[in-house]
Amino acid sequence: MADTNYDVIIIGGGPGGYVAAIRAAQLGFKTCVVEKQHMGGICLNWGCIPTKALLRSAEVYHNMQHADAYGLSADNITFSMKAVVERSRGISKRLSGGVEHLMKKNKVTIVDGTGKLNGPGKVDVTGKDGKAVGTLTAPNIIVATGARPRALPGIEPDKKLIWTYFEAMVPEKTPKSLLVIGSGAIGIEFASFYNTMGVDVTVVEVMKQVMPVEDEEISKFARKQMEKQGLKIMTEAKVTGVKKGSDNVTVSIEDAKGKTQEITVDRVISAVGVQGNIEDIGLETTKVKTDRGCIVADGYGRTDEPGVFAIGDVAGPPMLAHKAEHEGVICIEKIKGLDGVHPMDKARIPGCTYCNPQVASVGLTEAKAKEKGLDVRVGRFSFVGNGKAIALGEDQGMVKTIFDKKTGQLLGAHMVGAEVTELIQGFVVAMNLETTEEDLMQTVFPHPTLSEMMHESVLDAYDRVIHM
Amino acid sequence: MEVEAVDEGTIGKILVAEGTDGVAVNAVIALLLEDGEDASALDGADTSSGGGEPAPNPEAEAPKEDAKAEPEAPASPSPAAAPAPAAKSDGERIFASPLAKRIAQQEGLDLAQLSGSGPHGRIVQRDVEDALASGTGKAKPASKDAPAGAPKASEAAAAVPPAGIDAGMLSMLPEYDSVPNTGMRKTIAKRLTASARDIPHFNVSADIEIDQLMKLRAELNGREGADYKISVNDFVIKAVALALKRKPDCNAAYTDDAILKFKRADISMAVAVDGGLITPIIKDAGAKGLATISAEAKELAAKARDGKLQPNEFQGGTFSISNLGMFGVKTFNSIINSPQGGILSVGAGEQRPVVKDGKLAVATIMSLTLAVDHRCIDGAAAAGFMKELRTILEDPLQLML
Repeated sequence: MADTNYDVIIIGGGPGGYVAAIRAAQLGFKTCVVEKQHMGGICLNWGCIPTKALLRSAEVYHNMQHADAYGLSADNITFSMKAVVERSRGISKRLSGGVEHLMKKNKVTIVDGTGKLNGPGKVDVTGKDGKAVGTLTAPNIIVATGARPRALPGIEPDKKLIWTYFEAMVPEKTPKSLLVIGSGAIGIEFASFYNTMGVDVTVVEVMKQVMPVEDEEISKFARKQMEKQGLKIMTEAKVTGVKKGSDNVTVSIEDAKGKTQEITVDRVISAVGVQGNIEDIGLETTKVKTDRGCIVADGYGRTDEPGVFAIGDVAGPPMLAHKAEHEGVICIEKIKGLDGVHPMDKARIPGCTYCNPQVASVGLTEAKAKEKGLDVRVGRFSFVGNGKAIALGEDQGMVKTIFDKKTGQLLGAHMVGAEVTELIQGFVVAMNLETTEEDLMQTVFPHPTLSEMMHESVLDAYDRVIHM
Repeated sequence: MEVEAVDEGTIGKILVAEGTDGVAVNAVIALLLEDGEDASALDGADTSSGGGEPAPNPEAEAPKEDAKAEPEAPASPSPAAAPAPAAKSDGERIFASPLAKRIAQQEGLDLAQLSGSGPHGRIVQRDVEDALASGTGKAKPASKDAPAGAPKASEAAAAVPPAGIDAGMLSMLPEYDSVPNTGMRKTIAKRLTASARDIPHFNVSADIEIDQLMKLRAELNGREGADYKISVNDFVIKAVALALKRKPDCNAAYTDDAILKFKRADISMAVAVDGGLITPIIKDAGAKGLATISAEAKELAAKARDGKLQPNEFQGGTFSISNLGMFGVKTFNSIINSPQGGILSVGAGEQRPVVKDGKLAVATIMSLTLAVDHRCIDGAAAAGFMKELRTILEDPLQLML
């Protein structure tokens, strides 16, 4: 290594790490990212992006199968899983290369290898061959090592029969049947993908509803739609054991009533959440504290060790790429001492799930708002009342908005249906600018768009809905 | 601020004197007479806020018959100002989020009295909620201070420039510019007058040798990779906090019922700003390292100069320090920043001849003057504190303990 002294060292080149690096470079810091595998981290290579590529293939395939609904005809519709996966991998590769280019453009040094804290101010780097590369020093070190799949005891992924998202992303062949444990964003997206590709999919969720963090009404709506597409969903059920065959797995499932049944499937996807990568990164050489598998950091990423910061998944939930990116920027700007840097308001982080139908939300669910003792007004608008949705052939969905009755504050927005992951940002901006119902009502939404439903939902909360 | 009346007429009555602070937006400030009306038309005029629901006003109800007798006169006059968007006293628009505006309106908060922490100083929800929690910014209904028919208001208005100096004296003075008092100036005048009048001040001075301190400072600042630059004042802040810890009798405030002895030293430091001064606080300075104190002091001073201090950053504090050393001042006395019990005035460090072991020598000396509130801090306690402060400043390695 030519240069070993930096202003900022970032361990991990995922969305948190590389965005922090660019911001650091913009602010004049001499910056270095230590990355052990590929720039862009899980998000770009094994998460957000490649799954979106897979799901797009599934969507096009689905539309082709339903061509007649649009007055078109298509025969002999088939797919090659190999080609679908290749497309997905190609997209990841292209983006990862893009991130490397961005690093170069911003004069951020990428050090290939595994970074490990060696006391405050120092990072030891080990190469892919296991040999020590050298020691880097910087007054500011940001730990952005991300997270990895969590495993349930007794159902540990073996990469062959029991998959995590890594294997599910690159199937060698399409399984005939699949059981997905966990219906969070990762589980439900894979369930949706494989279901559309003709696989017999069962989802087992221990909580009362699929996508447990989402609003109950939205979750129920999505579940109904997915069941219509043939997805089998068991909630309040848990996997109590697995018996591995040579090319299949027999899974014991205990349902809500305590009855156990056995299902034999080709493959199992374990999607029971992720856990922070806090091991083997030298935290013990610092005063950094951890709690439930994550580093304890304040709203600016500051840990208990001055000069050591943590951002992204490793710094705790919600484990979302856009949260990591934002934390990276806040952390760097605080280090620089810029004015007006505030900790992120986690209540305003949107969440998007790309199953079919899509689900997107920001803020409080209706239940959470009521739990907080807030008096609320709730508005709903269904896709069946929207011209653009009907023209698209996507008339199943809902936009739900929740307002504080007293102040008119937008407390939460929840959507299910086509393209809602692109729509939610309207409400996120509104929420960040602290709008009230009045400002939203006075805003002109373009016609004909799906976004008109956002307007209508707000109007509905105040009994002024037009198209219902 | 200038407000243009949208309706034509003659001013019949001024309700809020020129220069009055804290007048709520939409409060009635004056009554207009239309053509052909005389002052009697004002009897029973409703002087509650122009916007929103007028508060029930029995006086306004009673004389309605007078209005009937003069059919030309409307019972309620046109408000002098149309409901205006929230504006500061200097007429600048206040930037606040819709939610912040609504909560402020519901809770009767005057946004003009808040500072915003959002982008470009925009007032956001958290600012309004902080203000509610700390009780700042409550709008005063101006009309209450000026009951209908009170001639006080117009007299006060006429007397604005020369208040405090009698007219005869004024006429003998040379030509002058009259700079209206800002809110800050009024606060300074009010609080320091009260302090000087009500608190029995007494002073204790000491000359401190700071050669060792200067040496330690140079060493610390010269360390490789030092990302701080510690000033003598930073040392003084830390030393005062430490001395207060050792002599808690001087970390006190007087109340009529009890003397409050604080368990933590929060040091207010006087910072000169445009048009006045403000005292941001280094909280629990005794528990902080010099580099932290230095960084905080810099950040607070910068915020103070930019007018960006949050109320919790300058309200509170248990003891003050005022340093005029950078102007070459040798010694001075300060007025206590009440309700605090003491304030330390710090002069310049300068080389002076001293006598050591019967011989003349040169040393760097800094003169400190302590002013304390004799109601809660007695002479011996003040002297004891100064002795402790000297011990620490002359042997500054103690600060590292």
